[in-house]
Amino acid sequence: MKAAVVVFPGSNCDRDLAVALRAAGADVRMVWHKETALPPGLDFVGLPGGFSFGDYLRCGAIAAHSPVCRAVVGFARRGGYVLGICNGFQILTETGLLPGALLRNAGLKYICRTVGLTVGTANSTFTQGYEQNRHIALPIAHHDGNYTADAETIARLEAEDRIAFHYVENPNGSAAGIAGILSANRRVLGMMPHPERAVDPAHGGTDGRALFGAVAGSLAVA
Amino acid sequence: MKARVHVMLKEGVLDPQGEAVRHALGALGFGGVSAVRQGKVIEIDLDETDRAKAEATVTEMCEKLLANTVTERYSVTLD
Repeated sequence: MKAAVVVFPGSNCDRDLAVALRAAGADVRMVWHKETALPPGLDFVGLPGGFSFGDYLRCGAIAAHSPVCRAVVGFARRGGYVLGICNGFQILTETGLLPGALLRNAGLKYICRTVGLTVGTANSTFTQGYEQNRHIALPIAHHDGNYTADAETIARLEAEDRIAFHYVENPNGSAAGIAGILSANRRVLGMMPHPERAVDPAHGGTDGRALFGAVAGSLAVA
Repeated sequence: MKARVHVMLKEGVLDPQGEAVRHALGALGFGGVSAVRQGKVIEIDLDETDRAKAEATVTEMCEKLLANTVTERYSVTLD
């Protein structure tokens, strides 16, 4: 699998994401935000966590209009696989590739701890390595992870089986306890928890490994 | 020309920061504050001198970048 990880000024999980992808067997290239095109023959793009552009204006808003993001939107519209983690999820909602928005946590505090998640669907390249309804544990680290969308959008996400992960105990006020959602074609996943921070026993958990393994395994033969 | 953009969370979207400010005002002894909403003011200096064109441009800026219309509403005033 040929993968790219986008690096914005203020990204801080880009190298962790590259390490997790490489451990799963991916050939990973880092792509700077000023690039106007993605490397040719790419299967997968990762938008990492962090504080792109200092979270100025709104989290992810400036990054969503960076040159590379125009290329990422084009890649996704052509059916490419995109994973946005934390700030990457915020960027995906700002580009319109995923519906809704991520607002300030309901408790107003930055939350950094490992939380329980329920796998909402195993029906995607990203989540096929988990059983539906399985409980997993992944770290979260965010101030603005309160997923918000109108009732119609939430109902559509539920009806179309597009909620990838739910929080077991809602830490941030997210609508319907949503921790991660899929695009309509199931090839774009945005999630606030950090699977790349749970791929090695030294991380304190390895529940994120199945996600990268499934993606790299599926796209290796594609 | 100067444009002033007000960006506020839409009605019905919970504003936890505004709620925290409301609580703090109550703690300071200000009674009768039933709600507080917190937003942003963005001031933009424009070379444009035509008001209609300036308003159209700033509206486009709001739609594309300054507001996230999923959760926010905006208003534009020109000086």
